[in-house]
Amino acid sequence: MKRLYPLTALTMALLLSACGSESDSTQARGPDPKMPDPQRGLLPSMKIAEPVAWGDQKPTVPDGYSVTAIATDLKIPRQTLVLPNGDILVAEGRGGSAAKLKPKDVIASYIKAEGNTKVKGGNRLTLLRDADGDGVYELNTVFAENLNAPYGLAYANGKIYVANQDALVRFDYADGQTKATAAPTTITELPSQINHHWTKSLAISEDARFLYVGIGSNSNVTERGMEVELDRARVWQIDAQTGAHKPYATGLRNPTAMKVQPGTGQLWTVVNERDELGPDLVPDYLTSVREGAFYGWPYSYWGQNVDTRAQPQNPDKVASAIKPDYSLGSHVAALGVDFSIPAMGDKFANGVFVGQHGSWNRDNPVGYKVVFVPFNNGRPAGDPVDFATGFRGNDGKTRGRPVGVTVDPRGALIIADDLSNTVWRVTRNK
Amino acid sequence: MTDTTYPPYPTRPSPLHALLLAGAVPLFLGGLLSDISYYATYQIQWSNFAAWLIAGALVFCGFALLFALINLIRAAHKGGRPTVYFLLLLVTFALGLVNAFEHAKDAWAVMPSGLVLSVIVTVLSVIAAFTGLGGLRAGGAR
Repeated sequence: MKRLYPLTALTMALLLSACGSESDSTQARGPDPKMPDPQRGLLPSMKIAEPVAWGDQKPTVPDGYSVTAIATDLKIPRQTLVLPNGDILVAEGRGGSAAKLKPKDVIASYIKAEGNTKVKGGNRLTLLRDADGDGVYELNTVFAENLNAPYGLAYANGKIYVANQDALVRFDYADGQTKATAAPTTITELPSQINHHWTKSLAISEDARFLYVGIGSNSNVTERGMEVELDRARVWQIDAQTGAHKPYATGLRNPTAMKVQPGTGQLWTVVNERDELGPDLVPDYLTSVREGAFYGWPYSYWGQNVDTRAQPQNPDKVASAIKPDYSLGSHVAALGVDFSIPAMGDKFANGVFVGQHGSWNRDNPVGYKVVFVPFNNGRPAGDPVDFATGFRGNDGKTRGRPVGVTVDPRGALIIADDLSNTVWRVTRNK
Repeated sequence: MTDTTYPPYPTRPSPLHALLLAGAVPLFLGGLLSDISYYATYQIQWSNFAAWLIAGALVFCGFALLFALINLIRAAHKGGRPTVYFLLLLVTFALGLVNAFEHAKDAWAVMPSGLVLSVIVTVLSVIAAFTGLGGLRAGGAR
């Protein structure tokens, strides 16, 4: 009987250690982040944003810049698009139909939902217009509705392209139009079974011939089985005319936003990497997307760092995996990206803005802000700079969670905030 | 020592107590078999089965533990089998809970710790059930 006590004590120690704190470490950012050893306690770290209303507060922006809420009470705004006449389209919705397979899924989804909005997704596109250019978007109207969790948006040559969670569709559009004249035309169906990661990001080539759709994985790291990962964790290149597609790059766990770089025509994306390997693994990243390349998921991360959770392993795939360009930090949850323009001001003229939704799998939360990654010669150069912060206050409360970021050619950054259901507009003071 | 010092009721498992105690065994065993299947095939569904079977076993085991505790408190003579039984069941439940957390890890991260724990917990649950049912039915410790 005495032998039982040490066992019980061991159990208690195990349980307590699972609740212990992890050391705060600086997140590795940039082109060559250090990969610490994977770690995972008995329980995964879960630190959920405690949502509160903005009240009189606003996001914090750099000196010489101002921020205004140009639309509120939306129905989960995710990505935005600035049309040629300056009108802004906002994609609103929430997708995914992933079944809860384990007791863990039931508990974890409940906890994560605490950090999200309780509003029901709009499944629509809202159009915002500032006709007189005073910065007040006096027109707020529904451009199209009854869409299926629209997310990625693109425009070219009188067509608005929308990536719903199950299909890529197209609206005809004439300048000044405030409402779609007809139901959209489907260009192609998109992989939508389960849709664990449901967001379909979208970019368009400069000649408007190809559309690029980012399709997230159907699991964190194959815990729903490899069968459901068919056509997942990749970028499709889709012919805008015929709807024919081919995999453009693979092994990208969740490419949540994409943009074609002006001038070079190079496709860039931000990717959310896997969870439950510790607070500083795996870095979410910003990368140019190399055609035909494999980026590791699920077998490895950041090149050849093998993830043993994906079994059976595939050493050939691991050997072929390439490293992404630039680490944004682990768990920041980058969900928006756009290239800047000189009109954004000298400090932010050359580079990309990245919207970071914020972490859940980290005791010391990260993300919850919009950063600027400076570029030089078309490549990331230097550490990220905070551009809009205060979404998660020093009081530990969360007022907003940035998703899509879009640069308005008039010299403004549009930020969709899917916690407070607001669209923010950051402008340079005259 | 005489049997007359032990009232029969605190140590005799009620039908519900017996059902909960015995019911945990096949659930833990099912979890173990599912773990073995996952280990052998990489088919993720076995791991899902294991997670639910272990969760179910913990519900049974947890309520049985509550009964065991009440019996122990009510027992006039707390030494011997009632205590051994309670402690065995407590360890089974505690390690079973650890095992449930192990099974909450993603994909192969469950292995091999989950399988090892399933073996230990299943064996413990069998011993606890034998102690609880066999020993107590006799009317207390000899």
